Amino acid sequence: MRAYLSWLLIALLLVLAILAPIGQGNYITYVLTSWLVFSIAAMGLNLTLGYAGQISLAQASFMAIGAYTSALLTLAGWHWMAALVPALLLCFVVGLVLGYPALRVKGHFLAFVTLAFNTLVFLVLRNEDWLTGGNYGLSGMPRPDFGFVSTMKQHNFYYFTLAITVVAAAIMWWIVRSPWGRGFKALRENPIRAESLGVDTRRITLLAFAIGSTYGGLAGALISPLVQFIEPGSFAVGHSLRILLMVVVGGAGFFFGPFLGAGVVILLPELLRFTEGYYLIIYSALVIVMLVFTPRGLIGLWGMLRDRFFGKPQIRADVEQGPKLK
Amino acid sequence: MSQFLQVLLSGLATGSIYALVAIGFTLVWQAAQTVNFAQGEFVMVPAFFVLVGTNILGFPLALSLGLALLLAIALLGAVFKKLVVDPILPSGGISLIIATMALGILLRESVKEFYGAEAQPFPAMFPTNPINVFGAVVSMQDMLNLLISLAVVVVLTLFLNRTRTGRSMQAAAQNPAVAEILGVNVKRMVMYAFLINAALAALASFLITPVYLAKFSNGETLGLVAFIAAIVGGFNQIRGALVGGLLIGVLDNLVATYVTAEYRAALPLILLIFIILVRPQGIMGTSEGRAV
Amino acid sequence: MNRRVILALSAALLMGATAVQAQDAAKIAMVAELSGAGAPAGTNWRDGIKIAIEEINAAGGILGKQVEVSEYDTQTDPQVSRAMVQKAIDEGAFAILGTIYSGSTLVNMLVAQQNEIPQFVGSEAPTIVQKGNPFVFRTSSGSQKGVPALVPYFTDTLKAKKVAVAWVNNEFGKGGRDVFTAEMEKAGIEIVTDVPSEQGATDYASDVSKLKESGAEAVFVYMNQEEAARFLIEAKKQGLSMPLVGEVTLTEAKVIELAGGAAEGAIAHVGVTATATDIPGIAEFNEKFVAQFKRNPTHDAIKGYIGAWATKYVTEKVGEFDGAKFAETMKNLCLPVAEYPKMLLDTCWDETGEMSRPSFMVQVKDGKPVVIGTVPAN
Repeated sequence: MRAYLSWLLIALLLVLAILAPIGQGNYITYVLTSWLVFSIAAMGLNLTLGYAGQISLAQASFMAIGAYTSALLTLAGWHWMAALVPALLLCFVVGLVLGYPALRVKGHFLAFVTLAFNTLVFLVLRNEDWLTGGNYGLSGMPRPDFGFVSTMKQHNFYYFTLAITVVAAAIMWWIVRSPWGRGFKALRENPIRAESLGVDTRRITLLAFAIGSTYGGLAGALISPLVQFIEPGSFAVGHSLRILLMVVVGGAGFFFGPFLGAGVVILLPELLRFTEGYYLIIYSALVIVMLVFTPRGLIGLWGMLRDRFFGKPQIRADVEQGPKLK
Repeated sequence: MSQFLQVLLSGLATGSIYALVAIGFTLVWQAAQTVNFAQGEFVMVPAFFVLVGTNILGFPLALSLGLALLLAIALLGAVFKKLVVDPILPSGGISLIIATMALGILLRESVKEFYGAEAQPFPAMFPTNPINVFGAVVSMQDMLNLLISLAVVVVLTLFLNRTRTGRSMQAAAQNPAVAEILGVNVKRMVMYAFLINAALAALASFLITPVYLAKFSNGETLGLVAFIAAIVGGFNQIRGALVGGLLIGVLDNLVATYVTAEYRAALPLILLIFIILVRPQGIMGTSEGRAV
Repeated sequence: MNRRVILALSAALLMGATAVQAQDAAKIAMVAELSGAGAPAGTNWRDGIKIAIEEINAAGGILGKQVEVSEYDTQTDPQVSRAMVQKAIDEGAFAILGTIYSGSTLVNMLVAQQNEIPQFVGSEAPTIVQKGNPFVFRTSSGSQKGVPALVPYFTDTLKAKKVAVAWVNNEFGKGGRDVFTAEMEKAGIEIVTDVPSEQGATDYASDVSKLKESGAEAVFVYMNQEEAARFLIEAKKQGLSMPLVGEVTLTEAKVIELAGGAAEGAIAHVGVTATATDIPGIAEFNEKFVAQFKRNPTHDAIKGYIGAWATKYVTEKVGEFDGAKFAETMKNLCLPVAEYPKMLLDTCWDETGEMSRPSFMVQVKDGKPVVIGTVPAN
């Protein structure tokens, strides 16, 4: 009964997502599209952080790698779908490499290594202007054309992005329920016990980074035709922080957390517009308050309220289960 | 040759500021395993307390500096610990990292909204006249920055090793449970670490802002470089933070002068990655046997 | 399952977010860098526009309609700026004022072009008017016009053979530096040292020491305000003796305030400056701005002011709110100050949207920027 209901809800949400831009102006459609794109990036980071417990402050740099690779290839005449393959592969490989430090260090050390990596990527993008256009960036990337339908129009591009998002979310759904997914959670909950139970924590850690980074790359590959202009500043450390906040605000380790978190971060300026310049102040204060009272994010907040009013379903009293940031 | 000397001396002067910020950082780390990603903003903010005192309330500079120092210790030390660190630390290190990042944004945006987005001049505490040292020019201010940082390290080391409170702080940092049993008030010792950190950040703020100018975004790079200095020098040693700070200040200037200006910002980062992977306890640090 | 309800709610919020606004006012959108790195420039731009709009409304608005300005914050992020321009157009703006950072303008001008909405920008990167976009207009000369106006100063006044360039490594600094390098090559002057520095950099010791050793006879300094101030402080400390020549920012009031005595003697070519107070319009604007905002206006404030007034003048020339006709009218348009006093100086646009008008050479003397020469429009 419950499973049936949740499928129904997912279907309902999909219908909502399909109906959302109808009758809306280009701006709302654009915002909806960037919500989807950032949801994909946050979904990737959610795997690394929320499921596998490895902090990464480099998600924007993977968006950069995905965006620049696909932009350079589409500008050279490749079709976007063809350009996507090398872009994602590159992100996967670089993500594997970035995962190596995570085998040695955790917590804030890992945060700094990934942050340093993000800044290094930024410097390379800015300084190697023979390839990346340097400070001036790259512009005029074509939006993909599928013969029967072109995505040049804002609405078409939205549906195109929605389709990609659904596929990406379905794959993620499968990953977190596969043996790998359980390995990620085991790594987060107790790496030593996971190791002793035969989980290859090295491989799982590297995979968590590589797959998470690939999702970042996918989001980047969508950003470049969406904005049709990319420059190094759009992928600086501050943007990695923004994606991290999306994951945490939504609820790290919950499948739908990234969608909610990205929605909040992207919509908040809109909702708090009456406060004029103060929205970032309010937002950051809210994040701190949220971490004090409900470290599991907004979805966790709901769980907390539900437990409070309807009682907590207890499986074993001695084990606290569920996502938790270490 | 005079160019080399120039760059070296300037690097030392800049590095000494990094060191001051990094020392407070290591203290808090030892006492409470807290990594404060808003540390750069902690250095940016006290300068604005001073500006509010001198420009808005019309206080004389000395009074403003004193009040700003007290305010910084109260807000960035005690209130920070009580309102942010204490409630969040139990839910895990990553939560605290994220919370302090959010705190950084909060401080930055507040200063921008309530004081202004433009950089502001800041009164110098020391004369800025240039001094010629074998063809290199440094200012009195640079020299004093360096001397003050060295003095702070000496005084803090003496405090931690020779006084009863200092040794209690060390005991509390090394093994809180045992220290508590032996009659050390661990909570108070941890609080001391936060207060000293805030005081050092305020001191760094007063020393550099005449050169850096007061601006809401000043903390962004400073905080990061100070962390790198702390990690490179050695997280669990005060003198390690000094060595790390000076090393980064000098290397940064040398690289910018003789190797590459475009990739100047990359050097500390590469150094950081290298140190973390090869010698995570830092150059001066001793291994803690921590689970990394 | 209920988390999905929250998700659904947020989707519903998304859909309801379109604003409904009054129909009888003429809507101008002010899209600028109100937060992030560009906030100093953006807030000045906004405040300059505020003064202009008050004046315009006091003078009867545009075509008899009162003007309503909505503010849109780009957060100094090109992607957000694109969204904001889109939003401004969805909400019915007939003209857009902004953005200032070239990186943002390059993105969002595509949107204004697609919707045939005229856009006055504060950006100075050469590429903006080279994309064949008929709807984008400058409010100051681009660096490919501004920097060449400096060349005679290097060749004739300084008679320099070797010069150095110190520039901030962002899209603004790189643009100016590239034009300067090309111009020097044309003029037969050798560039002996080329020193880039980071945006927000604080330590200029190595930059200045390199310039000191370079043997250059003059240094071209192309940086944003506070970077320029920090550079000047370090240059004074190390006793850098050659003339420091800049474009626009180097002699701004803010830079002088920040650098104190270190700014003394610095020279810059300035498109329009609040210090040229012998021009009545500028003096009046200056006074109003100081009275209202308790600080000195920068060139960004004047640019915003001119952008708003040009919107009024040109719209009234067209006689209706029509973007395509506006763009047509702007081609090769000149607005002489005798007839259009609020343009402050005789101002012309060519067919690409590039602007030209007389400009000034300014030097800092006794802590004040002083106009030392006028450069005719080029």
